[in-house]
Amino acid sequence: MPKHVMAVDDSKTMRDMVSFTLRNAGFQVTEAEDGQKALTALRSMQVDLVITDLNMPNMDGVSLIRNLRADPRYRAVPILMLTTESDPSKKAEGRAAGATGWIVKPFDPEKLVDVASRVCA
Amino acid sequence: MTSVDDFKKTYFEECAELLDALYAQLTNLAEQRADDETMHAIFRAVHSIKGGGGAFGFDRLVAFAHVFETLLDLMRDGRVAVTPEITALLQRATDTLSDIIDAARTGREIASGFEDELAAALREAAGGAGPGAAQPAPQQPAAEGGGEPAVPHRYRIRFSPRMEMFQRANEPLLVIRDLKRLGKVTVEADLSRLPDLAALEPEQAYLAWTLEVETKEARAAVEEVFEFVNDDCELTIEAETEVPAARRTPVGDRPAERAAPQPPKAGPPSGSASKPGARLEGPAAVQSIRVDVDKVDRVVNLVGELVINQSMLMQFSRDLPIDTASALINGIETLSQNLRELQESIMAMRAQPVKSVFMRMPRLVRELAGQLGKEAHLVITGEATEIDKTVIEQLADPLTHLLRNALDHGIESPEERQARGKPPKGTIHLGAEHRSGRIVIEIADDGRGIDRERVLAKAQSRGLVAPGAALSDEEIDNLIFVPGFSTADNVSNISGRGVGMDVVKRNVQALGGRVAVESSAGSGSRFILSLPLTLAVLDGMVVAVGKETYILPLTNIVESLRPKPADIHPVVDRGDVLAIRGAYVPLVYLHRCFAVPDAMTDPCLGIVVIVESEGGKRIGIVVDQLLGQQQVVVKSIEANYDSIDGVGGATILGNGRVALILDIARLRDAQRQPASRRSPRSDTQAFISSSPGMQ
Repeated sequence: MPKHVMAVDDSKTMRDMVSFTLRNAGFQVTEAEDGQKALTALRSMQVDLVITDLNMPNMDGVSLIRNLRADPRYRAVPILMLTTESDPSKKAEGRAAGATGWIVKPFDPEKLVDVASRVCA
Repeated sequence: MTSVDDFKKTYFEECAELLDALYAQLTNLAEQRADDETMHAIFRAVHSIKGGGGAFGFDRLVAFAHVFETLLDLMRDGRVAVTPEITALLQRATDTLSDIIDAARTGREIASGFEDELAAALREAAGGAGPGAAQPAPQQPAAEGGGEPAVPHRYRIRFSPRMEMFQRANEPLLVIRDLKRLGKVTVEADLSRLPDLAALEPEQAYLAWTLEVETKEARAAVEEVFEFVNDDCELTIEAETEVPAARRTPVGDRPAERAAPQPPKAGPPSGSASKPGARLEGPAAVQSIRVDVDKVDRVVNLVGELVINQSMLMQFSRDLPIDTASALINGIETLSQNLRELQESIMAMRAQPVKSVFMRMPRLVRELAGQLGKEAHLVITGEATEIDKTVIEQLADPLTHLLRNALDHGIESPEERQARGKPPKGTIHLGAEHRSGRIVIEIADDGRGIDRERVLAKAQSRGLVAPGAALSDEEIDNLIFVPGFSTADNVSNISGRGVGMDVVKRNVQALGGRVAVESSAGSGSRFILSLPLTLAVLDGMVVAVGKETYILPLTNIVESLRPKPADIHPVVDRGDVLAIRGAYVPLVYLHRCFAVPDAMTDPCLGIVVIVESEGGKRIGIVVDQLLGQQQVVVKSIEANYDSIDGVGGATILGNGRVALILDIARLRDAQRQPASRRSPRSDTQAFISSSPGMQ
C-alpha cells in the first residue's frame, strides 16, 4: 500500500511540485487548495501524512493543524508544514498547534521525500 | 506534469492571477473599500509569488518580493499604517514586481538596479529595521559539516522523549529507523521509568534510549534525524572522537536555528493565527479545475458539428410522411434543446470576466498620466462581465490604444481644465456590460472631445476626403479610424503615430466587433466597442435569393415586411429608399450584391428585411423569401479563402449546402460608399476572422 499524502497549498505551483515529487517517490497524493477544503476532505478519508502550507485563504495551515489534532483520527497522523525561512514565528505557531515537522520552501525534492518518509510510519 | 518547464508555466499563470488579485485588492485599499482581509490577501499574493519564485531560483524576484512582503507583513499587523502614500508605493511595487516576473518569464534581462530605488523605498516605509528587512531571503541554510572527515564516527546518543513528542505525531521508532540509514545502530532501551500496567497512561512517554551509531556522515546528519523532536525530548549527542568541550551540546543550538525563537510549548491555541474567511478577490470557494483551452475548443467544435448533424436530421425528417415522422421530429426537437444547453454550457466554460484585462489598465493610466503631466482617475465598472476567453485576450491592445488616446488627446492638462471650469483631475470611465446578446465596452473621457474642424482639415490635407465633401458630424468623427490619420502635430511616444485608431478598429473587427465614437466638443468623447459573446455560433435568419441561401444575424433584424410600390422611391446616385413610418431606409438588393440569377427583382413581390447595425443605422435588405430561424455554426471564410465584401463567414446548412453569413455593417458601407476615399480593403474585414478551432 503506498502511503497516502494530503498536500495542502493555495499555490498551484507548490501543489504540483509537492505532488509530482512525492508521486515519483511512490506516494499517493491528494491535493487541497486551502485548509478548509483539506479538512472537509480529510473527514471522509484517512491519509498517512498531511503536508500543509501555512498562509492560505479560508483556513490557514495553523488552524488546519489544530483542527486535525482535535480529531481523534488525526491525533497521531504526522503533519508537515511548508514554511519559509523568513517566517520563524509561523513555524513556532505551527509547532504549538501540533505540527510534526516542517519543510522549508523552496525545498529540495530529495529532502521532501526524505522527510516525508521519515515521519510516515 | 513532467518537467520543470511545466511547473514554471503553472507558476507564471499563477503569478498572473495573483497580480490581478493584487491589483484588485490595492484598488480596494486605495478607494477605502478595504476590510480586515484585504491586507492579508495582499500579503498572501506577494508571499505566494515569492515562494514559487524561490523554487525556480529567480533570486532577483525573490529578493524584491521579500522586501515587499516585509512591509506588507508590518502593515497587516497594523505596525505600519495604510496611507495614500503607502498605497501608491504598494501599487508601484506591484508594477515593478510584475515587470520582474515578466522578465523571469521571458528570460529578458532587466537593467541592474532597476528595482533598487523601490526596494529602498519599501525598506524605508517598513521603518528600515523591520524584522528581516535588512537581510534578503536567506538561501539554503549554510552547508552543514562541510569540513568534517569521512572516517567513521561513533556517536553516543541519549534520547528521552517527552509527552509533547507524541502530541505532534512524532514516533521514536521512526526516529530510530531513520538513524539506521546513517550506519550501524545499537539500541539499548531504558525501561526504568515504566510504571505498572495499572498506572500506565497510554499517552505518556516512559521510555528512553541510548543509541550508538557508527557512521561516515557528519554530525549534522545525525542532528538532522532529531530535527523535529529535539524540542520535545531530552537529547544529548556525544561524538566519541570529539573533544570533551563539545559534549552535551544541545542539538538545537546550531546557528541556523538560534535565530528562530523557541517555539512555545503545546498549550491552548493562541487564536491569532486563525483568520477564517481570508481569501483573495474572486470566488475562491468555487471548486475549479484547469483545462487546456484547446480541449475546450475541441468540444466547441464537436458541438458545432452536432448542430449541423441535427439540422440535417431535421431536414430528412421533413421529407418523411407526417405520421411516421412525428415521433422522430419530437426526438430531434428534444435533441436540439439539449444541444443548445450543451452549447451554452461550453460557451460559459470559455467565458471569463473582463476583469483580467481591465485590471491592467489602472497602471497604464497611472503611468501615462505621470508621463504626460496630466491627472486622471480611471473608473472601472462591470469588470465581472463575462466574455469568451479568446476575445478577452485580444481586447488588451485595443483597450490600451483607446486609453492612451483618451489620455493623450482627450484629457486636457490640469491648467487647461481649470481654465475651462472643469476639475483639474480628469475622469476616464472604462465599463463593460451585456447588451442584447453582445458585450459592450465603453471608454469615455471628460476631456476636450474631437475637434471636428481640425479632423476634417487634416483628412482633406491628407487626401482622405475629397475637398468640399459635405460630411456629417458622425462621418467626421469616424475619420479618425481611417488608416494613416493622425492629428498629433508632434508625434509623441504615447500615441499619434498614426497607427492607433485604425488598428483599434481592425482588431475589434477581427473579433467580430465594431467601434463607434460619440463626441461632444469640450465635454469629452465616448468610444463604444461592441463585441459578440462568442465567435463560434450565431442565431440566424435563413433567407432565400434565387436559388441561393443567406444567413442574416438575428440580432440585427428589426422587422420584415412586403412594401407597397408607392413606398419605394428611387434616389439619384443612391439607389432606392423605402419610406417606412415617415423614415427613409436605403434598400440593398442582395441579388445585385452577389449577382444571383433568377431572383425576385421587385421588393414588392419579395420581402424587405429591415436590419440595424451598431450605431443605429438601418437598411432594408431585399430578399425573395424568409426560410426560417436557425442556429448556425460560423465557419471562417477568410481562413480558407479571402475576405469578401459584406460577408462575415459561412455555415453549412442541414441539407449540406454552404450558406454565406451576411455582415450587415459592411453591406451598409458597401451600399453607401461615401464621398470620402475610404480604403475598401480595411472596410471589408470579415465579420468573423478566425473563430477558435474553426476551419
